[in-house]
Amino acid sequence: MGTAELIWNGVAAFLVLSIYSFLYKDNPLYKFAEHLVVGVSAGYFAIILYYNAFLPKLINPLRVGQYWYIIPGILGLLMWARFSRKWQWLSRPTLGFVIGSGAGLAIPLYLQNYVLRQLSATMLPVGFSTWPQITNVLIIIMVFCALAYFYFSKEHKGAFGGAAQIGIWTLMIGFGAGFGMTVMGRVALLAERVVFLRDYFAVLVSSVF
Amino acid sequence: MNFYERMMNLDRRWVYLVIGVVVVVTAIWTFRVPLYVTPEARSVYDFVESLTPGEVLMIGVDYDPSALAELHPMSYAITRQCFSKDVKLLLCCLHQNGPGMVEQVIAQVAEEYGKVNGVDYVYLGYKPYPSITILAMGQNFRIPFPEDYYGTPLDSLPMMRTITNYDNVRAIINISAGSATEYWINYANGRYNAKLAIGVTGVMTSDYYPFLQSGQIFGLIGGMKGASEYEYLAEKGGYISKEKDQLIASKSMPIQTTTHIVIILFIVIGNIGYFMTKGKK
Amino acid sequence: MRRTLPIAVVAGVGLFMLVQYFIPLEEFETLYEWALDWTMVIGCFAMLLGLYSLTTMMVTKVKRKAPGWGYSLVALAGLFFMVFVGVVPHYQDSLKYGTLFMDIFEYIYIPIQAAMFSLLAFYIASAAYRAFRARTVLATILLVSAIIIMLRLVPLGPLSGINQWLVNFILTVPNMAAKRAFWLGVGLGATATALKIMLGIERGYMGRD
Repeated sequence: MGTAELIWNGVAAFLVLSIYSFLYKDNPLYKFAEHLVVGVSAGYFAIILYYNAFLPKLINPLRVGQYWYIIPGILGLLMWARFSRKWQWLSRPTLGFVIGSGAGLAIPLYLQNYVLRQLSATMLPVGFSTWPQITNVLIIIMVFCALAYFYFSKEHKGAFGGAAQIGIWTLMIGFGAGFGMTVMGRVALLAERVVFLRDYFAVLVSSVF
Repeated sequence: MNFYERMMNLDRRWVYLVIGVVVVVTAIWTFRVPLYVTPEARSVYDFVESLTPGEVLMIGVDYDPSALAELHPMSYAITRQCFSKDVKLLLCCLHQNGPGMVEQVIAQVAEEYGKVNGVDYVYLGYKPYPSITILAMGQNFRIPFPEDYYGTPLDSLPMMRTITNYDNVRAIINISAGSATEYWINYANGRYNAKLAIGVTGVMTSDYYPFLQSGQIFGLIGGMKGASEYEYLAEKGGYISKEKDQLIASKSMPIQTTTHIVIILFIVIGNIGYFMTKGKK
Repeated sequence: MRRTLPIAVVAGVGLFMLVQYFIPLEEFETLYEWALDWTMVIGCFAMLLGLYSLTTMMVTKVKRKAPGWGYSLVALAGLFFMVFVGVVPHYQDSLKYGTLFMDIFEYIYIPIQAAMFSLLAFYIASAAYRAFRARTVLATILLVSAIIIMLRLVPLGPLSGINQWLVNFILTVPNMAAKRAFWLGVGLGATATALKIMLGIERGYMGRD
């Protein structure tokens, strides 16, 4: 690690430890690091937005004579009318355009991918002679029982109530799986930072001594 | 207050201290963790392994530094495997604070393998509205990205001469920490039938098994464990090595093991204390 | 007019986006690509709204010398410095790895952001100790499922094989069934919401008059 890299990593290590100081209690070092990251991330995004979005999608096309881009440019500027109480209504057609496109695109695709394809994937070959067939039976039962649990227009009584009960057990197992994975996810973030600190201090000590 | 009541009212900073000590001790006295490679991570590796030199793989890198620990190792391992095999890469980022993450990976790994921008890889950059961008790329990459991340017109890049849309890439691997994965599944695979695999954080992993089972995705790399599985396979394949410090996720797995043991113990102790004090109330 | 025009835009654009999915005419494809292109240009301006709000909030705090205004000054300094180094001296080449702009991203933004999220590991440990109770049968099912998933990261010797099998079963059968029911709900809910938006029933996006 060169000197510049050593210094930069030292700054990074200091900022990481400033954040961890919050675990004891809130303090100026933590607040400093927290506000610094807010400012830096906003500045970073502003630059990325300019170079990767504005420049290629609006400014450069206008420069080379594609003047029709003025129309979405004006529509985009009208969005800023939201900040004025008097002129706020000017932003609505633009919002309508964006939201209308999203809504129109969503209907066939959400129905196809989240409903029809998922339902067709639930139509599985069943039987009790092989383990895959048994798991298929379990999947079909559990999917429909979980759906039965979410159907609140009918009282959960009798056979339907029994199905809803199996449904909630299925959901609890699913949430438990999600929680177990979440623990791994959270610990991963800490593990990586500690490994970074360990590696940095090992290099620092070896370069000083 | 008896022992169990004192246990239940313990200041949370003692819990933080225990976790801190466990993590630091494991980081110093580390060990190798035995690994079980899941079929879903293996299927992503096997697919990339099946690619031939010159074929194009698209990687959608949609995360920011908050998911660095789990997803960055996946990006590095897949990129190294592809460059070792002379597979061309097309990268994009649909997360607003993620473009720098991609630049970090591609700049470092491209230098390692002597790969040239525009010839061996193209980094498209960032655009807002991920759903619209994904749909537009399905028509033509030039609609959302007339220029690449560095401001070079796409048409002037040699690699892009034969690439128009998803039909010209073998598959898409989306490495994501947010809702972008849903858009890739819904729009790229749903509308354009693009072959898709995903690498997601641990929090999101369990949510995407229905899409794996339905065939909408062909592989799933789940969290840091999934990343370490992929690194294990890539190391066996000779694409990354421990000596070059390229096993990024695997370095943190011992800490995962010990911390998980401690957290399970916390759950058990907390429940013991709860049941012992419950009767008294 | 102030409310009718946006509703008409939403309905018109939404209907076109819905219909073009089913009709593969070249003219429809061209209009579809235009709509996507324009939405991206509008999106550039929409992203700026958040940046503007953040900046004005911080500037107001500094002007009024509200409590903690010094930290807002730190955030503003970070923001403007990032914008400065993103433009001067390399212009768009600032985005390349190795520039001061990218060094700040790598050694200040990444460490702080990663460290802030790694605090969650401590919080989840604290929650595990203080809040995860097997109070009911359902909570017990959730906890047992979570512990089985968490144990996959722990070497259990001869029990590892059984645990891996259990983890695989939980993830691919009950968890998959539960999450499928969840995605079916998402798909139906998103479709219903999109229809309501297109038909003008849902108008929350317009704000108040």
